[in-house]
Amino acid sequence: MGRTIIEKIFAAHSEDEVAPGKVIWLELDVRSARDFAGANVVKRFRAAYPGERVADPKKTFFTFDCNAPANTIAYAQNQQVCRVFAREQGIKVYDVDSGIGSHVLMEEGLAFPGATVVGTDSHLNILGAVGAFGQGMGDVDIAFAFRYGKTWFEVPHTTRIVVRGRYEYPVTPKDLTLFLVGKLGSRGALGRAVEIYGEQVEALDMAGRITLCSMATEMGAIGAFLPPSEGLWAFVEEATGRHDFSYPTADPDAEYIQELEFDVSDLKPLIVAPPRPDNVHEVSELEGERVDTVFVGSCTNGRYEDIRLVAEILKGRKVAKGVILKVAPATRRVWGRLLKERWLEVLHDAGAVITHPSCAGCAQGQIGMTGEGEVQLSTGNRNFPGKQGKGPTYLCSPATAAASALFGKITSPERL
Amino acid sequence: MKPTLIRGKPWVITDAEGRLIDDIDTDQIYHNAYLAVTDPAEMGKYAFSNLAGWEDFPEKVRPGDILFVGENFGAGSSRQHAVDCFLALGIGAIVGKSFGAIYKRNAINSGLPLLELPAIPVKELGDLEQVVVDLETGEIKAPDGRVVARAKPMSEVALEIYRAGGLLQLRPR
Ligand code: SF4
Repeated sequence: MGRTIIEKIFAAHSEDEVAPGKVIWLELDVRSARDFAGANVVKRFRAAYPGERVADPKKTFFTFDCNAPANTIAYAQNQQVCRVFAREQGIKVYDVDSGIGSHVLMEEGLAFPGATVVGTDSHLNILGAVGAFGQGMGDVDIAFAFRYGKTWFEVPHTTRIVVRGRYEYPVTPKDLTLFLVGKLGSRGALGRAVEIYGEQVEALDMAGRITLCSMATEMGAIGAFLPPSEGLWAFVEEATGRHDFSYPTADPDAEYIQELEFDVSDLKPLIVAPPRPDNVHEVSELEGERVDTVFVGSCTNGRYEDIRLVAEILKGRKVAKGVILKVAPATRRVWGRLLKERWLEVLHDAGAVITHPSCAGCAQGQIGMTGEGEVQLSTGNRNFPGKQGKGPTYLCSPATAAASALFGKITSPERL
Repeated sequence: MKPTLIRGKPWVITDAEGRLIDDIDTDQIYHNAYLAVTDPAEMGKYAFSNLAGWEDFPEKVRPGDILFVGENFGAGSSRQHAVDCFLALGIGAIVGKSFGAIYKRNAINSGLPLLELPAIPVKELGDLEQVVVDLETGEIKAPDGRVVARAKPMSEVALEIYRAGGLLQLRPR
């Protein structure tokens, strides 16, 4: 019987028989912890394995991104607990200057096609963008993974999605992503892997792949996997310096638990209204509603391409009076490129406030939260009450965010 | 050795109309207002304290009792408290239509048995004072030995973790 992509990756990392529903022991190429749960991982590790070493410090990492640099003493303490442990064990820390951990793992070539990666970030399945298996886990799980370099995992069933047709700008990868989240709903892919195919998917650049895979969590999925694309190879070669990866692909006779087909030829810019990520509407339905704050960033839309698009739209113009535009590039590399190519200058001139690379507003970290009644548009992936502050949060593409910032109300980029 | 036959009163987590409640998230199981509690023994009294109609659950439940829940139980955050609160109350097992992926792992890793049962016989369970859940076969029996439902048996690895008393007590193969 043929194998799906996740089954291929697992089979290459396990001695057990890989089949949906079976529990296997899985070798892990990378195990990581971020700043918040990281301190709990250290606490559990010390209690369960006193005086012992991690399985392989070269494959073990800390990434600080939730609250970076720390703006509360509790976070600063947690980060320091991780640093001390890292020094003892010889583990590398991507510290508070690095950016969002999942993106750093991809940029550094630590997550590569076919790799297995676990960490304390519930959006680690974003690594599907490079053809890797990424999985967020609790602190008990990660303490065990640090110690033994492997974990148990139930092989999930896979849903196959085919997207027919092509869309055109100002429809963007985020709109495709929200479209699929809306179609599947918050448990449409619960506990399953999804594979997403189609001409449009194959045309996505790396930023678009990241956007699409980042919201697998909002469909309840274990992870999303895509066919390779040109944009992917350029990225992977730069990150790893290697050209010899074979990308995990599904066998023609792979078995799927469900097959779905959608057409995106008529797709319009989409927006998610409060209070849940699957509350998806066309932007035009909500046009004209007041906007106080616009946040551009997060692991979903914090790439160079996302932020440059916002800068291109705002070039030579100003955001509406009274609107605060907050920008947080995903990583230090993204930040540096935007700086050197002077896109940050364009954003500054348009009235934006720009912060250092991190999860920023998405994790109650930096660049401020919203107060009650403060309407926020975010390019992030979750809008549960309280996640980004007390105000109602809408989710949209960078293009819709930029258009709305210009007019101070929800505005479709089709109007530009 | 931990028992693989769990005997206890079945609690079917339903709404006022008697329907299973789906999508009970970790905030409804264990509200974030009590996240600062660090002593697991203290956590029991907050279990379901944010789930309408079930606020008094901790006072009614007895060690060994078994929970029957709907779809996507434990969705949401990865907080360990949402598992520890049931362990503190001595809950013997949770049988559900489906679970949030991270919740399922957290429970198994902490030695709280979870079984998946796509069709929960709500009415029948409601009439029973006690059931016996066999973790190895997945059979759920009435006290007279009649099989009421067949859940998916726990995987070997999950049983191994359960017997060891949690993932951190286990060495992998
Ligand atoms: S940007 Fe938000 S969703 Fe992404 S990793 Fe950070 S906190 Fe999680």
